[in-house]
Amino acid sequence: MSAVISANSIPLPDPPAELVRQPLVLNQRPLGWISDRVAAVTEGPAPLWWKVSFGISFLVMLMCFSMIGYLISTGVGVWGNRHPVMWAWDIVNFVWWIGIGHAGTLISAILFLLRQRWRTSINRAAEAMTIFAVMCAMIFPLIHVGRVWFAWWLFPIPNANSVWPQFRSPLMWDVFAVSTYFTVSTLFWYVGLLPDLATMRDRAKTKLRKILYGLFALGWTGSNRHWNNYEKAYLILAGLSTPLVLSVHSIVSLDFSVSQLPGWHTTIFPPYFVAGAIFSGFGMVLTLLIPLRAVCKLEEVITMRHIDLMCKVTLATGSIVGYAYGMEFFIAWYSGNPYERFCFVNRAFGPYWWAYWAMISCNVLVPQLFWFKKIKRNLVIVFIISILVNIGMWFERFVIIATSLHRDFMPSNWGYYKPTFVDVCTYMGTFGLFFTCFLLFLRFVPMIAMSEVKGITPQADPHHPLGGAKGGPR
Amino acid sequence: MNAECGMRNAEPSPGIKYGLLAEYDTAAAIMHAAETIRDAGFRRWDVFTPFPIHGMNDAMGLKNSKVGWFSFIGGATGYTLGMLMIWYMNAHDYALTVGGKPLFSPHFAFPPSYELTILLGSFGAIFGMLFLNRLPRLHHPLLKHRRFARATHDGFFLVIECTDAKYSETETRTLLEATGSRHIEVIEE
Repeated sequence: MSAVISANSIPLPDPPAELVRQPLVLNQRPLGWISDRVAAVTEGPAPLWWKVSFGISFLVMLMCFSMIGYLISTGVGVWGNRHPVMWAWDIVNFVWWIGIGHAGTLISAILFLLRQRWRTSINRAAEAMTIFAVMCAMIFPLIHVGRVWFAWWLFPIPNANSVWPQFRSPLMWDVFAVSTYFTVSTLFWYVGLLPDLATMRDRAKTKLRKILYGLFALGWTGSNRHWNNYEKAYLILAGLSTPLVLSVHSIVSLDFSVSQLPGWHTTIFPPYFVAGAIFSGFGMVLTLLIPLRAVCKLEEVITMRHIDLMCKVTLATGSIVGYAYGMEFFIAWYSGNPYERFCFVNRAFGPYWWAYWAMISCNVLVPQLFWFKKIKRNLVIVFIISILVNIGMWFERFVIIATSLHRDFMPSNWGYYKPTFVDVCTYMGTFGLFFTCFLLFLRFVPMIAMSEVKGITPQADPHHPLGGAKGGPR
Repeated sequence: MNAECGMRNAEPSPGIKYGLLAEYDTAAAIMHAAETIRDAGFRRWDVFTPFPIHGMNDAMGLKNSKVGWFSFIGGATGYTLGMLMIWYMNAHDYALTVGGKPLFSPHFAFPPSYELTILLGSFGAIFGMLFLNRLPRLHHPLLKHRRFARATHDGFFLVIECTDAKYSETETRTLLEATGSRHIEVIEE
């Protein structure tokens, strides 16, 4: 009978080794292994590294809150913001943190629409990073208004003066963009969590865990009639989050570009800000996941291929950012506007030259190392580069905001901005808030989307031999 | 309502019947079983898997989900609401002149309205999904079942409720056995 060749048993040659894709979960692990390994991070007593880092983060978070308390009780004079630099670290930190968040939404929404299956291993942690980064970001516009107790005037709520917010200002657009971004990111993250919370409920050993995970899982059973609606809702949310994430940083950039100030008044800002946001966000995802995959023993789920792909996105967005820096300079010269020209020459060679060149080296030069495979495979170097990317992107916002403001049209208006210890400690303190939230997330919620990772394994594919399909190895 | 439904089970575990549960080993096996059950004309049945299996909606004969309508209505409401709100606040209720610009223009009203479109569109998608799935619910007969806990881990289950008109404990069991299930049992309410 061996001579009979049927349609599905024609012997095909194996593809050449370089065309075989690296699997997204190594070693053909069974489906149950995925939930066992991922849920293990949240089960059992907390490991020492977790306790130590949580303790430190919590103290740093307290520092943040005490700095904010000092600011509110004393006034914004405790910051270094002085005429002519009236926007400084507060807005730098706001833009920086909100930019960090953008990688999470890119991974969860845009890569989902592009059918990038590798996103499943990193989307949960990246989305959590988004939510906590936006929380840190939202602090700054709230406290920089000075009289924080009137911050609610930002929202269209009827007040005793009967005056409504002024919607011609991009700052009002920002209120809507950032609050929508926070709400939708949180809901998108929660919807993605539902099946995993059900997994946690079903493997809970204690009564308390069973009740709590059970409540948050909303009674999810894994019914396919539910999956049908769920997948549609997830697709729509991804489709809505994509224009959302692009609009959020565009609107943040309009805070600057709608003004008339040289250095701010440019049309390149929206795409340039969005690329920079994704660039810095991927830097942060790498910073977080490289140590986490080791301490949580998840190297088989967050593989070297994932790291490699993230490095490539960092390289691509870093190059876009580099192009934008060059184009800004070109247009400043080409516009023939002396104020524009002065502003840009002053950026690179004026009193803040050190910030400008720190930005150029961290954002444009260093990521170019990702062209080399050897670099991308060396996790220590990737980790260092990811931190440099974060530093560089902070300097980018500082350069845009402080250097454009510090020397405006009249030399009598010139000044030099210096931060105070309150500026520094508030910014450092937000890391405490971020890591406190992130570490709590790691301990109580599966940090990898288990149901999604299971869904991309060959065992999940009913047309694959490992998924039970008949017809030989192909 | 089926005659056998709601009756008490025989020993060893007396309880009210909910349906028949069949377990499968692989994604392919449960998909073929679903095709068989769909072709046999059952209505009140479902498949429970740890992740959505690609092609299962067709195998079960499910129609396209209606979540999109909820999202569309949410989004349209958001956009209209945003435009109306800004017109009312800045042009009607308290006419605010700023820099000689018009009191209302769809241009400056667009960014907040766009964000409200996305916000309410997302609410529509999420709450529409929960409504269509009749979630949240605090209790489900299957969730009491110890073996069923693997439906969120690595198990593939098919459940035919006894309220289905075609349900018959012996015949349905034979049908499920023929689809290659390795474990079949009666589930209680």
